[in-house]
Order: sequence, then C-alpha cells, then structure tokens
Amino acid sequence: MEQVFTASVFAATIRLATPYIFAGLGETFGQRSGVLNLGVEGIMLMGAFFGYYAILVTDSLLLGLLSAILIGLLLGLATAFVSVTLKADQGISGIGFVLFGMGISELLFQKLVGTPRSIDGFSPIYITGLSDIQFLSIGQIFFSHNLLIYVAFALVPISSYVLNHTSLGLMIRAVGQNPEAADAMGVNVARVRYMTVTFGGAMSGLAGASLSIALLQVFQQNLTSGIGFIAVALVYFGGWRPYGLLAGALLFSFVNALQLQISTIGLNIPSEFAVMAPYVITIIALVFASKRTEKPTALTKPFERGE
Amino acid sequence: MRRSATLPATSLKFLWWLLIFSPLVLSLIAALFIASILLLTLNANPIEAFSSMLEGAFGTENATAETFVKAIPILLVAIGICIAFRGGVVNIGGEGQMIVGAIAGTAVALSLSQTSGGLIIIASLGTGFLAGALYGGLAGYLKSQFGVNEILSTIMLNQIAVQLMNFLLNGPLLDPAVAGSNNIPKTARIVEAAELPRLSINLFGSAAIFDRTRLHYGLVLALILALIFFVLLWHTVLGYRIRAVGQNERAARYAGINVKRQMILSMFLAGGCAGIAGIVQVLGLQYRLQTDGSPTGFTGNAGFNGIVAALFGGLNPLGAIPASAFFGGLIVGAQKMQRDLGIPASLITATNGLIVIFVVSSQIFAKRLARYQITLSEPPEVEAGRLATPTPKGEVL
Repeated sequence: MEQVFTASVFAATIRLATPYIFAGLGETFGQRSGVLNLGVEGIMLMGAFFGYYAILVTDSLLLGLLSAILIGLLLGLATAFVSVTLKADQGISGIGFVLFGMGISELLFQKLVGTPRSIDGFSPIYITGLSDIQFLSIGQIFFSHNLLIYVAFALVPISSYVLNHTSLGLMIRAVGQNPEAADAMGVNVARVRYMTVTFGGAMSGLAGASLSIALLQVFQQNLTSGIGFIAVALVYFGGWRPYGLLAGALLFSFVNALQLQISTIGLNIPSEFAVMAPYVITIIALVFASKRTEKPTALTKPFERGE
Repeated sequence: MRRSATLPATSLKFLWWLLIFSPLVLSLIAALFIASILLLTLNANPIEAFSSMLEGAFGTENATAETFVKAIPILLVAIGICIAFRGGVVNIGGEGQMIVGAIAGTAVALSLSQTSGGLIIIASLGTGFLAGALYGGLAGYLKSQFGVNEILSTIMLNQIAVQLMNFLLNGPLLDPAVAGSNNIPKTARIVEAAELPRLSINLFGSAAIFDRTRLHYGLVLALILALIFFVLLWHTVLGYRIRAVGQNERAARYAGINVKRQMILSMFLAGGCAGIAGIVQVLGLQYRLQTDGSPTGFTGNAGFNGIVAALFGGLNPLGAIPASAFFGGLIVGAQKMQRDLGIPASLITATNGLIVIFVVSSQIFAKRLARYQITLSEPPEVEAGRLATPTPKGEVL
C-alpha cells in the first residue's frame, strides 16, 4: 500500500485540484446569486485554448493568462445576457455554450495549430527553506508547485470572506435567496447576477488556462474532458460554500491522482473503474447535497419583477 | 359569406404558425450568420462552404442515404428528448442511455444467436429500450426522490456508461477473434439473420432508390416511434399528464397528478428511446458494438445532437423528423466541407451550440408574441366566432 499513497500522489492531488477550484469558486458566486451556469465546460475549453495559443505565439505567460481570462469574461457576459436578460432555460442554454466552446476550441486548434505542441508554461517555484523540507515530504507536497496553484488555494478564503463578511456578499446571497426582497430593498438583481456570472466566466477561463498552460502545458481536442461539469457538481457537493468546494475538489483530485498512480504501478484494478469512480461519487454526493439548507432558493429561476 | 369568413381564419392560422416557428427560423439564420463570420475569419468563402455541405449532404443518392443514416439515431434520441423536456425534466443523458441500450441489446443478440432472426431483433430492441429506460429512469428517480439535479446526474451517468462500455469491450464482451491483438476493442459480430435489413424504396414501380446504400430499416422504426410518441403526448391521458407536469408542476400537483411518478416515467421513456437509438446503431449499421475509446466513439455525438434536433423540432416528435434530417445532413455535409475546403467539421458542433442558445433564448420573444397576439386577436376572434381556431397558447413553450 505504501507504493500507492506516496508523496507524489499527495502533491498531484494539490496540483490537480486547481482547475476544479478556479471553476468551482466562480460557479459558487453565480449559483449563490441564483444563476446556474452549466456552460463552464465550454468556457474552460475556450480559456484553455486561448491561453495556450497566446503563449505559443507570443511566449508571454502574462498574455496567455490575460487572454484566457478575457475570453472567459466575454463568454460569461454572453451567458449572463442569455440567462438574466433573455431569461432562457439555464440548463439547456448551458449545454449550448458547452457545444459552442467545444466546437470552436477544436476548430481553432485544428486550423491554427494542428498537432499538439507543448509550450513553456508556468513552472514550479522554488521557495528557499520551504521547498526543501524533508519531514513528511512537506516540501514536495506543498511547496513544489507553480504560481497558479497557490493563487487558486489563496482564492478560497478570500471568496469565503467576500461571500460571508462583506456587503457585496450579502447582496449576492440576498439576490439568490430572495430576489423579490432584495429588489424591494433597492438591490439591482440583474446587475448583481451579471456581475457574478461574468466573474464566473472569467474564473472558468482561468481554470481552463490552468490546465493548458500550467498543469499539462499542451492543448488537445476536448482537453477538459468533463472537468467543467464536475466543477458545477462540486458546488452542490460543497453546499455552496467555498471551503466545502475546496474539500470536494481535493477529494476529487485525490481520486484522480490515485487512479494515475494505480495505472503507473500496474495494480490489478481495471482502469475503467478507477476513471468511473469520481462520477459515481459525484452522484452519491448530489443525493446528500440536496438536503443542504444553503441551496439558493432562487437557483435557476429568472427574476420577474411583479409590477 | 361563409367562404369569406373562412379565409381570414385560415390565413390567421397560417400567420400564427409562422409566428410560432419564426423564432426557430431566425435562430437558424443567426447561427449560420455567425458560422459565416467564423468561416470568413478562417479565410474560407461561406457560400462555397455551405454549398459544399449541401452537396455533401444531399448531392447524390448515396449522400442522401448517409444523411438519413446519421439522422436515425438523432431522431430516436430527439423523440425521447421531446418527452422529457415536455415533462419538465432536462435529459442530457442521451449519450449514456444510447450506450447502455447498445450494450444490453448486443449482449442479448449475441447470446440468442441460435434462434431465428426476427426473434433476436425483437428481443434485443426490447432489451435496448429497457436498459436505456432504466438508466434514464434512474436519473428521474434521483430527481423525484432526492431532488438531484437531473442535468448533472445524467452528465455523470454518461461518463459512467462510457467507462462501462470500455471495460466490457476490453474484457467480458471482447470479440475472441481479436483478443490479445492491438485491434479496436469490439464485440463479436452479430449473426446475419439479426441484422436490420437494408432499406430500398420503390416509388411507383420505378427503379429502386437507396438499394446500394447503407440506409436500413432503423429509419422506418424511428418514423413509427415518432408517430407513436406524438400520439402519446397529445392524444392520451398519459401524455396530458406528462405535459401538465412540465408546464406547471404545482398546478399539476393540485390537479391530483402524481408529479414524482410522471417525472420518473418521462425519463424512463426518454431513456428508452435513446436506448433503441443505441441498439439500432448496432443492428442496422455496425453489426457489433465497437468504439475508439473516446466518449463519443460509439454514439457519434447523437445523444447531444438529439437535444438540438428536438429543440429545433419545437419539442414535437413529428417536428423532430425534418430537424433530424437537417442535422444529419449537417454532419455528413461537414465531412465533405472538411475534405473540400479544409475547414474542420467541428464547426458543426459550434453551430449546433449556437442554435441551442438561440432557440432557448428566443422563447422569451415567442412568449411575448403569444401574449401580444392574444390581446390583439381578441375582438376579431369574437367576430369570427367558432371558425377561428382556438389559439394554441399552451403549445408555446
């Protein structure tokens, strides 16, 4: 068993949690304000491609990061327009955005790049003192990562603080919990939802980039392979709280890392079941998540002002 | 006098249908417009691209047959999507339900290989339906009992089905003939007697059309099912209940309808249709279950394209027929476009996404239009008396 639970598995757990955290945090804000953005998967693919392509062309990490965030932001804005202004069914339109992102990212990749070429993306940062800690492999597990990973983990407490301890957070929660009351109090429901969904889009773009320019340093067709959908489910799993999301993301990436390790050392478990496990866990988690009281009551319900 | 009164009524009806469908037409135009812009940015002439697609889809007898071949699974999934969406459940699980139906149906077809062909076909179609139905029904059950969002659960079930198929094709169901080799994992071939026959059409004693193509009797099956489920949805108590739940869950509950049961049933029927789509791919086209290992390796994305076709067909099984032919043509045509102009066929995935977004977004206009129409047409309706067709306001989404 020692071969399975190695330090590299735990380090991989931290690394692989990054895209879930970015996308999930953005989605948490959107859902807390009452909008279910199911298009995360598509936006992630677009962010992943644009970030990758910008670096491939310009060799600038900053430009890569910015273009991923920008395309995410634009798609988030489009999502907000469709689900807030046009009041379209959020589930179905989200699937539309997924198909759109999937198609465009693949189209552009085939047309502009062709075969997967790796890039010099974010590389691990060496932190003097910390990265060398041998005790319990702490250095390897916690301090062998690239910048984006630290940013993702830092965003968890920040998001939690913003949601729970600022007036902005109160406004977001009010709009998701009782939009009529929020509206009566003078909160602009549509504006708050535009804000959270656009922010969620930018975070999804960043999540996609974290895959293509930091974790894998390459882009290929359907790179995200369902991570965006799982991130949406993790928001339910985490009870719409950033720390809950973090727990879910770590659980997931741990299962992923284990699965990689199992196939590396050649344990006699069919790899298909290892790949399947996270999805089964998600469904079970969703069964329990439904009892949570934090679920925004107005989730997926467009706001109609009674006049 | 009577004649003059009928005319405005029929023209009003025509106008009404035009207004109902115009959001769909406008959505399509908008999506094609954006696709054109994309083509222009890729240095391709949109007109050339579209005419290449049209030729690829309907240019020859064989092309048309291939379009219909692609349309068959799309239509079968779309019929199920119509039922689910009308019943107020968003079934994204067409892919998984297709796979599960194909697995179960193929297993039955292989194990019954000693019996007569007709029996094998009926048994494996039935098993395919049941397996897909149970898989879809599971999502319906989780939604009705535990409030699990069916969109998320069906997406997860899709991935689980893919892994299940990969596992079975690499192990228990692997064709003994290819075991140990590096070939694509696949099951053994079904016996010839169990194949759905090829379909050729003789119109008015003319030479047979489609007699040398891959078009098979799955098309007839799909058309019959579309008719059956159209009748079920609009002309039976069961269909009325399903639609009542979809339109207003609370009102349906007050009316004494068992909402939870209807939800499970909608998902059950939707999954069953997708399951048939899966097994028909095996019995009519591939004659074995095989995949390249990718999530869409077996289904060819029909589980998602079925959603697009259902929405574009106005969530009506009969409307889904032309819609499926259209999207089947897009897929086949895009392959020719890719060959001719070097534009990747994934353009179609993106266009389909846009169509979905535009169709669901335009429903607000359809709703407003309906409200506007009702207020506008009230006085003439009284005047025309019973000649005017009742405004189908309930039919607008």
